[in-house]
Amino acid sequence: MNAQAAVTSITLPRLRHWPWLVLALITLAIVFIPLPIGFGVPGTYDVRISASQYEFNPGTIRVNQGDQVTIELASTDVVHGLYMDSYDLEITADPGQAATLSFIADKSGTFRFRCSVTCGPLHPFMIGKLNVGNNTLLWRGLALAVLATAVGLWRFRQ
Amino acid sequence: MTRYDLTRIPIAKALLVNRWPQFLVRALALIGFLFAIVAGLGGTPVGSRNFSIVFVWIAWWALLILVAVPLLGRGWCTVCPIPMPGEWLQNRALLGPRGKKPPFGLGRKWPRALRNIWVQNGAFALMALFSAVVLTQPGVTAVLLASFLFLAFGASLIFERRAFCRYMCPVGGFIGLYSQTAPIEVRVRDTAVCAGHTTKTCYTGSEDGFGCPWGVFPGGLVKNTYCGACLECLRTCPLDNIAINIRPVGADLSQPRGRKLDEAFKAFIMLGSAFVYSAVMLGPWGQLKTTAYAIGSLPWLLYVLVFLAFVFVFLPGLFYLSTRVGQLLAPAGRSLPRPFTAYAYALVPLGLAAWIAFSLSFVLTNASYILPVLSDPLGWGWDLLGTAGYSWTPFFTQTIPVAQTLVLVVGLAWAGITARRIAQEGNHPAAWRQAIPNNLFCLLVTVGFLWLFVG
Repeated sequence: MNAQAAVTSITLPRLRHWPWLVLALITLAIVFIPLPIGFGVPGTYDVRISASQYEFNPGTIRVNQGDQVTIELASTDVVHGLYMDSYDLEITADPGQAATLSFIADKSGTFRFRCSVTCGPLHPFMIGKLNVGNNTLLWRGLALAVLATAVGLWRFRQ
Repeated sequence: MTRYDLTRIPIAKALLVNRWPQFLVRALALIGFLFAIVAGLGGTPVGSRNFSIVFVWIAWWALLILVAVPLLGRGWCTVCPIPMPGEWLQNRALLGPRGKKPPFGLGRKWPRALRNIWVQNGAFALMALFSAVVLTQPGVTAVLLASFLFLAFGASLIFERRAFCRYMCPVGGFIGLYSQTAPIEVRVRDTAVCAGHTTKTCYTGSEDGFGCPWGVFPGGLVKNTYCGACLECLRTCPLDNIAINIRPVGADLSQPRGRKLDEAFKAFIMLGSAFVYSAVMLGPWGQLKTTAYAIGSLPWLLYVLVFLAFVFVFLPGLFYLSTRVGQLLAPAGRSLPRPFTAYAYALVPLGLAAWIAFSLSFVLTNASYILPVLSDPLGWGWDLLGTAGYSWTPFFTQTIPVAQTLVLVVGLAWAGITARRIAQEGNHPAAWRQAIPNNLFCLLVTVGFLWLFVG
């Protein structure tokens, strides 16, 4: 076996796997590269949320990361609650008696808030959304989805 | 592809062949099923405090879609209690065969025109239209469960074998479709052995077991879809030719034989239903929820129209267009027969991923209702286990969106791999281009789900 053949026999198997290495690196980059979490300046954000069977109004709230958020929950029919996912905060409002919740929106992303008091048949589905800064999970998810599709198409050509 | 036959483990085979383990699980499931009907009719109308809602739509559903279907395929059908009473009467036996008694009932064959899953497709779509009420009203859930029981019973008196399971059950329809992805299968070890076996006891039955309740000849099995994993063939085969294989996931999806339009539409119905369910139940749109709940009202009729158009026209139509565009991209690669039907099988892993992602949110945020209901299943103020006062606690709310994203991306990648394998059946170097638009269709659907789940 001459020297060139020996080199070929050693390097070819490594070359065969480089696309997977690149794929792994791109995946890691998508998952871990820090993304801007928003350009808004933290301040105060006060919002009155009206709760009625089976809707929060407004259903979606957008704040900057670091905002001091104050939610006034006002029920217009029966007793409703508001539980904020990830922040693990909860308040309850009787009809005609608004309840207030204050917190610093220090976690970025989109979080669901849910009614925490059984208020009728559709109670488990009474849900709202809190957007804090940029929704980096969504952007990472979209990038991974595009990558998955590209990998599928690339694999067609093998 | 490599497979490992579980029946080669003596204790595993003994447990599978013995009727008692399966019977005991089914009997327990039957008790739970009947209790769910009783609780739904006689218990509190508050769904989150009633056994029928919490144990059927949270506990059972979680086990089914997060564990049983992805890992065991038809595993639920193996222990499903719904056909039991009808089978007892039909077989004139509670456990195994007793002599050569003829089956009880008319024993008619299922109509030839309906030997497909269109009835199951229609039944699931019908159930989905009423889902907002079914999932939240204990009484309605009870009526639905009871109707399953009566239909299965009636079908076993009129038709031979398990006609309800094979042709009517809306749950069994989608379990069959998604069981193609499972890493387990019932197959024969050697088809030549079956060909040479003249009595075909796996189909006709013997003193060791009943003829295939699903009307399937195991020697011809190439997919999980219509095998109910009831294990009867394992008991009746005198030649020890039945295997329970552990296999690569999704092995059936690249099997060209047996692809049918009714199964393709099942994939669209499931994918579309997951999308609508996610929008209605997990979205912030209260008006949509009340519309889906207001059965019989004008807005609900509009909802029905939109739902049916989305599931039966829009999604298949868009997919058909993408398939046609694919054919234009690769005119030379048109040798794949019925490409619309063939490529629709790429939607099976994507649909399963969408249902898992939907269920993760629905189940984990409501699973804490299980504990109080264990203590007070009828909502009558009991505290049998001391857990009645356990308050609602959503689990893993920080992790759920990440898990949903990963599940969807894996489903999309799996769909792409499946489409690639299907395209390669075209046996032409340019055939891969055919699948580009279909892959983009899958990407579009995934983006929609991501927006609903984490947007």
